[in-house]
Amino acid sequence: MPDPTSAHAHQFESLEQQHDADTLGMWTFLATEVLFFGGLILCYTFARFSYPQAFEAASHRLYVTYGGPNTAILLCSSFTMALAVRAAQLGRRKSAAGLLAVTALFGAGFLVVKGFEYRTDYVEQLVPRLRFHWEGSDAGHAELFFWLYFVLTGLHALHVTIGVVILVIVAILSWRGRITAAKYVTAEIAGLYWHFVDIVWVFLFPLLYLIGHR
Amino acid sequence: MSHPIVPTKIYLAIFGALLALLGLTIAVAYIDLGPLNLAAAMTIAVAKAALIGAFFMHLRYGRKLTWVFAGAGFFWLAIMLVLAMTDYATRP
Repeated sequence: MPDPTSAHAHQFESLEQQHDADTLGMWTFLATEVLFFGGLILCYTFARFSYPQAFEAASHRLYVTYGGPNTAILLCSSFTMALAVRAAQLGRRKSAAGLLAVTALFGAGFLVVKGFEYRTDYVEQLVPRLRFHWEGSDAGHAELFFWLYFVLTGLHALHVTIGVVILVIVAILSWRGRITAAKYVTAEIAGLYWHFVDIVWVFLFPLLYLIGHR
Repeated sequence: MSHPIVPTKIYLAIFGALLALLGLTIAVAYIDLGPLNLAAAMTIAVAKAALIGAFFMHLRYGRKLTWVFAGAGFFWLAIMLVLAMTDYATRP
């Protein structure tokens, strides 16, 4: 009976080959995610170049004091994620579990800040359809900006939520000793997903919060 | 992919660089550079994404095949954006 924590699945020739397949599988999924967000980025690009004044005015109604710290939170979470994968590689299952839990907490913190920000947007009447009031000119295209803002950040927040759930599951697996040094690839591919979600935000932050100059 | 175990200090250096770039992109946004504001913001964003991809996502330590897979998504994204906006920019 082979050791279940180091044996590879029967369709692979070696654990190394299985890890390669796992990693490439996640990268393939991430490539589809790039195109998933890409369609919306194209909508955004088209609208921003068509209505530059409305987009700049609308962007300046967002708070860098929300978006900036939230970017920092995600960068912190990517750092702890990288350390978690490293701990998993070294077979330090408890410190990997701890670092994964901290990463999940950063993710949850991001969502809490985003929640407060959405509340502020609602109070300031910047939510299209639901509660929108625009004093300046070109209200229609300012509203278009906020449609894109809510769809892009909402979709991103959904990804963060899924990521937090994955991180909690992987943390529990690691704590229970199910992720050994030989099978750290589980932590690695969870990390790939998490870092990707961070990269999406790295682009969304300047595109939404930093249009023109403030 | 069993890549080498990356020293903690490299991760720490990358983390520091990412926070510095975040500070830079916010600072630059408060300076009026005209159209260069967008160029600066996007250049910094690409630099941050490259650091995350190369070190945190271990592309730097991975095989060439992983690079192809990682590059494919961005390559098709570039085709979509460039061709669509070329059409848009050259409409009479």
